[in-house]
This record gives sequence, C-alpha cells and structure tokens, in this order.
Amino acid sequence: MSINDAAATNPIYQLVPWIILLPAIGVLFNMLLGNFLSELIVGLVACLASASSFVVSVLMANALANDPQAVRVHLMDWISVGNLNVDWNFRVDTLSVLMMLVVSGVGTLIHIYATGYMHHDVRHQGDRRRYTRFFVFFNLFIVAMMVLVSADNYLMLFVGWEGVGLCSYLLIGFWFEKGEQGLGNAKAAKKAFVVNRVGDFGLLLALFFIFWWFGSFDFDVVMNNAADADPIVLTAITLFMLLGVTGKSAQLPLHVWLPDAMAGPTPVSALIHAATMVTAGVYLIARSAALYMSIPQVQSIVIVIGAATALFAAMIAVGQNDIKKVLAYSTISQLGFMIVAVGLGAFSAGMFHLVTHAFFKALLFLAAGSVILGMKSGSAHDHQPEANHSDTIDPQDMRNMGGLRKQMPVTFWVYLIGGLSLAGIPPLAGFFSKDEILSAAGSRSTLLLGVLLAATFLTAFYIARQVLLVFFGTPRSEDASQAKESSLIITFPLIILAILSVVAGILNSPGNHTLDDWLESSIPQNLTVEFMLPIAIISLFIILTGLLLGWTMYGRKSEPSSSTVDPLSGMLGSLYGGLKHAWWVDELYHAVFVRPYQILARFLAQTIDLALLDGIINGLAQFIGKSSRFFARLQNGYVRTYVLTLFVGMTLIVTYLVFQ
Amino acid sequence: MPLSFYLGLSLIMFVLGALGVLLRHNAIVIFMSLELMFNAANLAFIAFSAYHQVVTGQLFVFFVMAVAASEVAVGLALIVVIFRTKRTINIDQLNTLKG
Amino acid sequence: MQIILFSFLAILIIVSAFGMLFSKNAIYSAIFLVMNFVIVAILYLTLGAPFIAFTQITVYAGAIMVLFLFIIMLLGAERLPEAEVLRFHRIFAILGALLFIGATGFLLFWLSGSWDALPSPTSEFASPEVIGITLFSEYLLPFLIIAFILLAAAVGAILLTRGNNTPQIESIQNDEE
Repeated sequence: MSINDAAATNPIYQLVPWIILLPAIGVLFNMLLGNFLSELIVGLVACLASASSFVVSVLMANALANDPQAVRVHLMDWISVGNLNVDWNFRVDTLSVLMMLVVSGVGTLIHIYATGYMHHDVRHQGDRRRYTRFFVFFNLFIVAMMVLVSADNYLMLFVGWEGVGLCSYLLIGFWFEKGEQGLGNAKAAKKAFVVNRVGDFGLLLALFFIFWWFGSFDFDVVMNNAADADPIVLTAITLFMLLGVTGKSAQLPLHVWLPDAMAGPTPVSALIHAATMVTAGVYLIARSAALYMSIPQVQSIVIVIGAATALFAAMIAVGQNDIKKVLAYSTISQLGFMIVAVGLGAFSAGMFHLVTHAFFKALLFLAAGSVILGMKSGSAHDHQPEANHSDTIDPQDMRNMGGLRKQMPVTFWVYLIGGLSLAGIPPLAGFFSKDEILSAAGSRSTLLLGVLLAATFLTAFYIARQVLLVFFGTPRSEDASQAKESSLIITFPLIILAILSVVAGILNSPGNHTLDDWLESSIPQNLTVEFMLPIAIISLFIILTGLLLGWTMYGRKSEPSSSTVDPLSGMLGSLYGGLKHAWWVDELYHAVFVRPYQILARFLAQTIDLALLDGIINGLAQFIGKSSRFFARLQNGYVRTYVLTLFVGMTLIVTYLVFQ
Repeated sequence: MPLSFYLGLSLIMFVLGALGVLLRHNAIVIFMSLELMFNAANLAFIAFSAYHQVVTGQLFVFFVMAVAASEVAVGLALIVVIFRTKRTINIDQLNTLKG
Repeated sequence: MQIILFSFLAILIIVSAFGMLFSKNAIYSAIFLVMNFVIVAILYLTLGAPFIAFTQITVYAGAIMVLFLFIIMLLGAERLPEAEVLRFHRIFAILGALLFIGATGFLLFWLSGSWDALPSPTSEFASPEVIGITLFSEYLLPFLIIAFILLAAAVGAILLTRGNNTPQIESIQNDEE
C-alpha cells in the first residue's frame, strides 16, 4: 500500500493540520482570556474549535471519497538523531479520517452539551470559576486525540496516546477536592493514570521492538514489512502492544480504572470514557492490522481477552446501583466486543461497532447526566430553608430514582433509544454492528459465539434493569419526585445522538458494505463478514429474553422505597455480592501490588533515606563540628603553647634535615 | 680543642635557653632566657671565626649584640606597658587571643 | 691543659644556665645570667677574641642586665606564684629539647671536620685594630644601619612607655605667676 505525499494530490489535504491547530487555539484562548470573559464566550469558543475541527475532517473525508489513496502531509521535522528519523506527519487515509469524524463530531455534540451541563454543575459543586478550566482541558483532549488518530508513525501516535492519558487524568480529577474524604476524585484520577502507565509500558516496549526490527516508526514501513518479520519479534511486538491496548481500552486485567473514572463530570465520561479515548486501543490494533494478521497465535490471545472481558464486565454491570457505573462496565463489555472483532481480523466490523457504540454510549452517558442534573435540581428544589433536612442523598444511585419518565420525557425517550441500540434491537444501529461481530465470531468458533451471546443476554438484561429502575415505577425519593427536565442546550445533543443511534446502521447493513469499502484502502487485510441470518435470529431471541427477564424482575411491581433489597440478590445469593463488588479485583490488586509497594516505599523512605542516608550526612556534619571543636582547643591563647609548637616544629625539621 | 666541643657547648646553652622560654612564666625571665639563646649563637660564631682564622664571625657577633640590646629595650618597654594594664607579667594571664 | 680550662669553664657555664633556669626569684635568675655572660666572655678570650670579650662584658653584663634588674625592681616581679596551667607542656618541651639535642649532636659528631683542633688563641687575626679596620671599611653599611636600629629602639622605648600624659608647659607658667 503506497502513500502519496500531499504535494502530488488535492491541495485541500494541506488543511489537515488545522484539526489540531484549531482546538489548540481554543485551548490558548480560554487559558489566557477565559477567566475574564463570560461563560457564554468560553463555551462558544470551545464548541467552535471542536466544530471547526469537524468541518476540516469532513473536507478530508470528501476528498478521500473521490480518491481513497492515503496521503501524507508533512508538518515539521521532529527528531533526527543517528538512525532515528521521526517527523510530524499527518496521515489522511480512510481509517484515520473515520476516527477524526467520530472524535470531532461526537466531541462537538458533547461540547455543546457540556456548556449547559457545566453551567449547572459548577453551581451545584459551589465553585463557579472552574468553568473555564473545564473547557481548556476539554479542547486539549481534542488536540491530543487528533494527534493520536492523525499520526503517520508510531511515535506520534504515542505522543497522542500519552496526551489523552494526561487529559483523562486532568478531567477525572476535575473536582479534585471532592470525593470521599476529600480525596476520592484525586485518587480515581491517579489510579487511571497509573493503570494506564502500566499499559503504556507495554506499548513502549512494543515501540522499541518495532524500531529495533523495522528500523523506522512509520506505519508504511512497518506494515509493508510485517509479513516477513521474525515470528518471535512479531509476538513480542503484538503482545506488548496488547498490554497497552488493555490499559487504554480497559480490558482485563487493566480494566480497574474505568469504573473509578466515573468520578469525573458526566461529559468527561461520555467523551473520553465512552466514545473516544478508550477506543484508541481498538484503533491501534486496526492500524497494526498487518502485524496482527501475521501472527495468528497472538490473535487468539486478543480474542480470548476481548471475550472474557465482555462477559466479565457484563456480569458486573448487572449488580451495580450507580447509574454511571452500570454504563462504565457496559463500556468495558462493549470494548471487549470490539477487541474480539479486531482480533478475528474483522477490522471493519470492529470499527463499525466503534462508531455505533460512540453514538449510543455517548447518548446514554449524556442522558444519564441529564438524569443526575434532574435529581440535583430536585434536591435543590426541596432544600428550601429547611434546617432539619439531614443528609443529601446520592443523586447517582438508581435506588433513589424511579418514575422519571413522567418528569423528564425527552430524556426518557432518548435513553430508551440508546438502551435499545445498546441491547441490539433492529433496526437500531447497535443491532447491525453487534451482529457483524457475532457473525464473525460464529464463523470461527461456537464457544466464542456462546460467550458473546451470554454477554449479549446480560447486556439486554442490565440495560432493561437500568431503564426500569430509573424511569418506571414510582419515585423512591423526594429528589426524584421533584426532578425537572433539562434545558434545551442539554437535550438538543441528546436528540441528535439519538437520531444517529437509529440511522447509523446503514453504514454497513447487510447488502450495503459502505464501511467495508471505505476501509479497504487502509486495511487491506480486512476480513469482511457476511450477514448470517441464523445468528441474527438467535441473538435477537436472546436479547428479547433478556429484556423480558428484566421486565419481570424490575418492571412489574413498583418499588416504593429505596432500601428494598434488589430481587437479584435473592435469586443469586452470594453471587450477587461478587457482582456488586466487581469480583473483588480491586481488592486483589490492592493486596498484591499496592500494599507491598507502599511497604517498600515506606521502608525506603524511613529506614534507608531518613535513618541511613540522612544519618550519614548529619553524622558527617556533626563529625566536622566535633573535630573542629577539638582543633579549636589548639588556640588556647597561651603564648607558651605557641612557642612550644614553634620549637617542636623546628626540631622536627632539623631532625629531618639531619637524617636525610 | 676540637671545634665540636665548642659547638656542643653552644648547643647545650641554646637548648637550655629554649627550655627557659618554654617553661618559665615570668615574662622577664623569658626574656633573659632569650638572651641566653643569643649568647649561644654568638659562641658558635666566635668558634667558627677562630677555626677559620677570619674576623668576619666576630664582627657579626658585634652586630648581634647591638641588635639584641635594642631588642631588649623595646621588649622591656612593652612589658612595662602590659604591666600597666594587666598588673601582672605572668604570661599565662595574657591569653585573650584564645579562639 | 687547654682541655681542663675548657671543661672547667664549660661546667661553670652550664651550671649558671641551670641556675638561671630554675631560680624561683627573678633577681637570682638575673645574677646567674650575669655570671654566665662573664664566663662566656672568658671563653671568648681563650678563643682569640679579646675585643668581643670585653664588649660582651660591657654591653651584655653591664648594660642589658642592668636594664633587666631595673625593670624587675620597677615592676616588683621577683617572685610570682607558681601555677602550671598547661598539662602536657613540660613533657613536650623536655622531649622536644632532647630530640633537638640528639639530632644536632648527631650532626656535629658525625661530621668530618668538626674534630679538628682549633689553633692557639694567641694569633693576632682578631685584634681590635683588625676589627676596627674591617668594621669601617667592609662593613660600613651594616654599621650605620645598626646605628639607626639603636636610634629606633630608643625612640620606640620612649614612645611606648610615654602613655597619655604629656608634660604640661602651662603649669610652669602658672607657678611663675
């Protein structure tokens, strides 16, 4: 696959650096001037920066539609040391432009939503000055994600990779002084960053191996020579890269950061932890298709990890009570589906699900944010001058909600659409993308298909549970009964995303292989998947069973109080405890990794650093002091001592001279 | 009379004078011991001068005597001045340079 | 014969030096020192240095020691209380002295040329006449410098002991009126 330099082709490609520069201008503008301008201007600038990035992406897509040949646009020389030559090049090919469209498109919608959401959120949390800072970070994230997807070599991709990790940290810990014991959000941000770091370590090792074997970081060089590479080197590269992917895309065993990342504001969860950043891992594997297709053993490992994660996370989502945590585990589960797809070689199926998932998951998160805002406004509503209102209830706990479809109708309908798309009901988008993955799995192994079908069943079940608990029945708390619908600026992006969740299925619906054809020029190794009717029918049946089960357990009787025991715990008994605590993986990691590390750090700090090293330094200083006091006694002021010293010295000199 | 006898005598006088400087703590007696040391040096000069039959040594002794005299004058004047302030000439009392 | 004379004088010199060293009374130390000077002057005579011998008696024993005695009397410093403050001072001093004697003695007695006998003391190489001629011809410059040194010493001694009380001339005029 060859790549054209931009000079030889359509000059419109020269515009591509603006996908980064325009949001960067947004960052600088808001950083320097934002605090002196009104919230309206700040939000407007941020949304315009993101929207203009989207416009440029559309122009790129347009140009590529006429001629799908990949194009490289050179921006500047970066590193030139010895054998290492890395430039900052932009790669405009169908895969990267697809990602650019998703990131900037969904990103712009979420920016618009955030201008409204953060307006309320900073008032609920009590610090109105944080508004500007939020949009600086948000635009910065767009910059970093664009760097990641537009990179033409692995090193630039890594720069973007790290950049989104940083923005994730900044945004998760946005309310850094809040959270449990005033530290919870900061700890969640730290956990996200550290776990990502473990993954980045793997990715770095993969990069080192790539440079060592291929001599270059450029995608073209690597992909063209991948098939001839030594299998052991290929195994090393792909396995370490997989470690990075599990870190960024929250797969087993590095999934633990994503549920905690829900401590960030809801737009953050929507943009970063649903639609864009976590999909970077899927994008990386799709980009490295040539490498993975050359070593089938590692592909099997990829599939196993993806499938296990899909089932594992779906199980846990069933037992969660926080509205955002359900969606977090759902994200992990759906990412597992995508990883399975790219592991099977069905890269376009994986990308298809990435696109549809971005739509409906962002929709679900944003709608959940709307619900939370409604709960908070309900709580503020009845927190009139009542001094005897003791504690505020958690606005994110589903057990405190109920019956919201009457108070928040728009939110209810879009949430329902998003939920059904997630579950995979035709003709919504999720059905087509998930079905492609199931077909690809089925043609490989029935066991794999079985696992994925189990995950699909659980997906339908937990989303039904969530919709029923939140929107149906009678309100289980004061706040729920006082909840109000959110303003237009919040509901407008929801509606757009709902429409997209409905119609996006035509991208690759059976008989219409738009996406397959689109991606063919970027990923020639792509395995296209044929629509298999039996699998579609079986999956539909399973989905309906899940929905029905959810309806029977949660929908028929209304739960009058929030402390009623979840009927699931009655059914599953002790298993429910495991689901609720996410199988205690966090506790396991804490005991195995974190505690010993803390003990080691304490040992090094106190025993070695404080006692030993400081002891040596202070002891040296004290020794100098003592010896100087000792020598100071030589100056006792007595003349006779001085004369004696002179005399003895003279004697010694004479003795020396005599005996020489 | 071997030269070394005279030089040995000079050496003993010198050491005795040095011991006097070191061991006595009356400032005037220290000065006197200093004069003894000068004398020892003079003796050595005279002995060498007689050995080589040259007059230079004796002339040097002449100069040494003159300088010793002037030095004694100034030194004793200093002792008098110190005595005026400290009312003692025990040099162990003159220890204000201690550090 | 010469040896007996020399050893007798040497013993006297050493005894008087010890006497000066160990006398508790400063006056006794001064007297012992005078005796030392005189004996050394006699020794000079045996070495053929008559001029120096008499100069020694005149200047050293006659002027310097008198000056010492005046100051001792002026300050009343003949007896001082014994108080040895420094602990190891004596030991170090005696050890150092012994080492010095040992080293220099070694030098003297193992060097060739130092066992030669001195010639008789009656040769006229250092008669006053010779000394005068040499002093005023070859060593004229040091001679004049010595004069300056003596002048400086005298002025210095007077300046040091003058203190802050200059004689008032006005008081004499007051007396006259």
